[in-house]
Amino acid sequence: MGMTITEKILARASGNGTIRPGQIIEAGIDWLMTNDATTHVSVDLFHNRVKRGRVFCPEKTVFIIDHNVPSESTNTTRVQNIMRSFAREHGCPLHDGDGVCHQLMVENYVSPGQVVIAADSHTPTMGALGAFGAGVGSTDFTAAMVTGRIWLMVPHTLRFDLTGRFKKGVYARDLILTIIGDIGSDGAVYKAMEFGGPAAAGLTIDDRMVLCNMAAEAGAKNSIIEPDQTVKAYLEGRRGSAAEDAYLQSDPDCTYEHVYSYNLGDIEPVVAQPHFVHNRTAATELKQRNIRIDQGFIGSCSNGRIEELRTAAALLQGRKIHPGTKLLITPASRAVQLEALREGLVEIFMEAGAMVLNPNCSVCWGACQGVLGPGETMISTGTRNFKGRAGSPDSSVYLASAATVAVSCLEGRITDPRAYVQEALI
Amino acid sequence: MKGRAIVLPENIDTDIIIPTQYMTLPTVRRMCSYAFSPLRPELAATVRRGDILVAGKNFGCGSSREQAPEIIRELGFACVIAESFARIFYRNALTNGLLVLEVPGIAAGVKEGDIITVDMEYNKILTPDGGRYGFAAIPDRLAAMLEAGGLVNYYKKLNRAAS
Amino acid sequence: MKHTLSQKILIRHTEERGLQSGDIVETAVDRVMIHDFFTPFCFGKFNEMGFSRVWDPDKIVLVYDHLVPTSFISDSRHHKIGDEFARAHGITHVHRADGVCHQLMPEHGYVKSGDIVLGTDSHTVTYGALGALATGIGYTEMAAVLGTGKIWLKAAPTIRLEIDGELPRGVYAKDVILCVMQRLGADGSSYKVLEFGGSCVRDMSQDQRFTLSNMSVEAGAKAGLIEPDEKTLDYLRERCDGANIDGLKSDEGAAYDRVVEINARDLKPLAACPYNVDNVKPVEDLEGVQIDQVFLGSCTNGRLEDLKVAAEIIGGKKIHPDVRFIVVPASRSIYMQAVRLGYIQALAEAGAIINHPSCGLCAGRSNGILTNGERIVSTNNRNFLGRMGDDRVEIYLASPATAAAAALAGKITSPLTYL
Repeated sequence: MGMTITEKILARASGNGTIRPGQIIEAGIDWLMTNDATTHVSVDLFHNRVKRGRVFCPEKTVFIIDHNVPSESTNTTRVQNIMRSFAREHGCPLHDGDGVCHQLMVENYVSPGQVVIAADSHTPTMGALGAFGAGVGSTDFTAAMVTGRIWLMVPHTLRFDLTGRFKKGVYARDLILTIIGDIGSDGAVYKAMEFGGPAAAGLTIDDRMVLCNMAAEAGAKNSIIEPDQTVKAYLEGRRGSAAEDAYLQSDPDCTYEHVYSYNLGDIEPVVAQPHFVHNRTAATELKQRNIRIDQGFIGSCSNGRIEELRTAAALLQGRKIHPGTKLLITPASRAVQLEALREGLVEIFMEAGAMVLNPNCSVCWGACQGVLGPGETMISTGTRNFKGRAGSPDSSVYLASAATVAVSCLEGRITDPRAYVQEALI
Repeated sequence: MKGRAIVLPENIDTDIIIPTQYMTLPTVRRMCSYAFSPLRPELAATVRRGDILVAGKNFGCGSSREQAPEIIRELGFACVIAESFARIFYRNALTNGLLVLEVPGIAAGVKEGDIITVDMEYNKILTPDGGRYGFAAIPDRLAAMLEAGGLVNYYKKLNRAAS
Repeated sequence: MKHTLSQKILIRHTEERGLQSGDIVETAVDRVMIHDFFTPFCFGKFNEMGFSRVWDPDKIVLVYDHLVPTSFISDSRHHKIGDEFARAHGITHVHRADGVCHQLMPEHGYVKSGDIVLGTDSHTVTYGALGALATGIGYTEMAAVLGTGKIWLKAAPTIRLEIDGELPRGVYAKDVILCVMQRLGADGSSYKVLEFGGSCVRDMSQDQRFTLSNMSVEAGAKAGLIEPDEKTLDYLRERCDGANIDGLKSDEGAAYDRVVEINARDLKPLAACPYNVDNVKPVEDLEGVQIDQVFLGSCTNGRLEDLKVAAEIIGGKKIHPDVRFIVVPASRSIYMQAVRLGYIQALAEAGAIINHPSCGLCAGRSNGILTNGERIVSTNNRNFLGRMGDDRVEIYLASPATAAAAALAGKITSPLTYL
């Protein structure tokens, strides 16, 4: 009986031959990661509730400060200092302002076939490299940090077969927002969301990260795309080699709980309306309603990579954003920032009147940059739009692609990017 | 006027009078609880109407934040007496109808809690240990503004009369 | 009668030829600047005073910089109030995310030599480097100026700073002004005007002169003037439209309150130590003090030359792993030039955190707040108790070169270590 790629990874990690969805296994962990949102809780548990604590594998326990950078309060700094001290004391890698955690993990650490456990909900992003990534809470994290192992229930897999090609002005972000709109915010609870099919090979690493990242908003435990030549080339380019990795594939006779089919050519620019990610509608529909925008955001672990920045730059070049609208652009990592500088994208953003910020979670996190006031409306490439997510409980967040955000900031209202995209020839 | 002295050292800057992080609170009233907090966190809660703030030199140095004198007036201080004032603070105080007096030598002669007398007719401060400290009279122009209760009241009257 | 520059500017505006120190005169104003921090209070008072129109919308500049990007829920209210007031009164000079007010005012040609310019921020004195009489006022007085176009000012005596000679290697304009702070003290120029002159000042670029004038308020000065010369006039011609750019200077033989002579050759890298700006010591006396963070930016030292010096000192190396190095260029235009010249890339590659132009950490509300026990070397202008977080955070004010050296070493060290 065949296994899905997720089942194979967990089988390997737990020393089992074959495993089935629903089974509880204990897996060895390849990478542990935690960020400044909650590490202080884990450290507190480590010091006060663990007997004779030591970090099981310090060099594979990565500490990343990314949520509130630079710090906006003494409390935040205290919490970040706890992380800094702990990482230094135990010899763990520490990233202090290099960018968003999931971006850094994909750029620097994770390989296909690995198991990645992190104290952050968007850890499924690791699936873009064909790895198993799941988010856990502080207690689970601390236990994993000390033992190097974690219990997991093997998830059922939902397969999404992708065919066709995106039309102009439509992106991976629109696809995943469409899917979540179709299956709901709980449509993949406890499941593995596996994307594949003929169109998968044509997806760039950035595209794959977009899909796997937002799977968390459908409740998924993990999300994954079978690693292929694209992943190999990415890893060889970034790290010099792709040697020790496991390029696993789902067996032809594996069992999926459900198979969905999506033709990328059918997808249109969409927007998730306040206050739920599944509250999706077409961008053209919102254009009719003339929704004024106070602020736009391009960035986050979901959509702050070089391809999104290139798309935005092509649309903003030679234009100015609407005077009544702010546009904040945050590259997801230092590497993305440097690439954007090299390609002249940062200059284009600055010319257009946008704000270019340092790599960090930024506006998506709603706690230190671009915080919304009462009555304000934002269109964003971030991951969530719950009430109060971006600041005031009396503010509204619409989620969309980088292209949709960029053009909406030109007009000062939500609009469809396709008209602009024809002109920009991208 | 007579009042209880609350004494501060020299070089009290506007960041101490009202730390920056509280300056986006919607009203000056709400900022009052944080007045002087980096140096004397208990002070704001213990001020009684009619108290007199006594300080060393260069009181109010630093930023031009006008909330500084506004808060001092709002807390209930009758006036501020100092060895010397930073100039933006001095202007802002008068603009807000807060009486500020530059009195050389005063810092050495007053202890926390002393009841002191401010004699505006003879321009003297009288301290419990028998000390008498003279100060320069406030120029008429500025006295008029103080009397009106500050610049806002001055212009309110003016514009009302004009319309 | 012979007059100093600040007096001549007042005379030109009021025709009071017999003006003497101590005289109070009412004068027209050439330009005003209101920044986002005080928009609700300033415009609230304007309305309370009963004014219905501003005196001249073209003479009013609004700059959003202290609360950019917004860090707290209550921040954007200040911008909304600013936008509403601008709309209601036809004010078109509104800069919403272009950088720090005191960089934008000269950059966009809003100030000419001989002008009287007021701002709701104490570092308005920065434009004294263009030979303008520029000073900070409270938001209530600003409201009255908005309604009337006039203000009362007291003619102040001038302290002349004669700074001669060539600056040694590793010593910059920031070190010069810190030396001035040391000599005068935090109230040494209270109610007076500072006038910077001498061969060292003449040799300085316009950007370096802004650094000098900027910190004159830290000595209690009403204004910090530098007599305009060809460099100043060239700077102005490139940015101001039209006529009336002339170089008004102090009269030969004008009476100064005092003259302080500084020999530039004797200067060393300096730092203002916690918790006062006049607590100035040589950097060599602080060698080895461990630090946690470095800030390069602000209206004092966020300009192109400051970024250049930092990038040169960094020179392809990585910053110390235990230091957070925050860089904030003072304006959009400076940022773009710095990108073209490779400074931004050099700093990013070294590990710096580079943020959008604004006041940044100098404003002390966000963007790098510290806790007790931490120390920062910063290129801004104030280091009071509680300025950047908890009250016992230690802030050392220094030049961009000294700051960059600290970022590399992880401790306070002379920039000569790397030059």
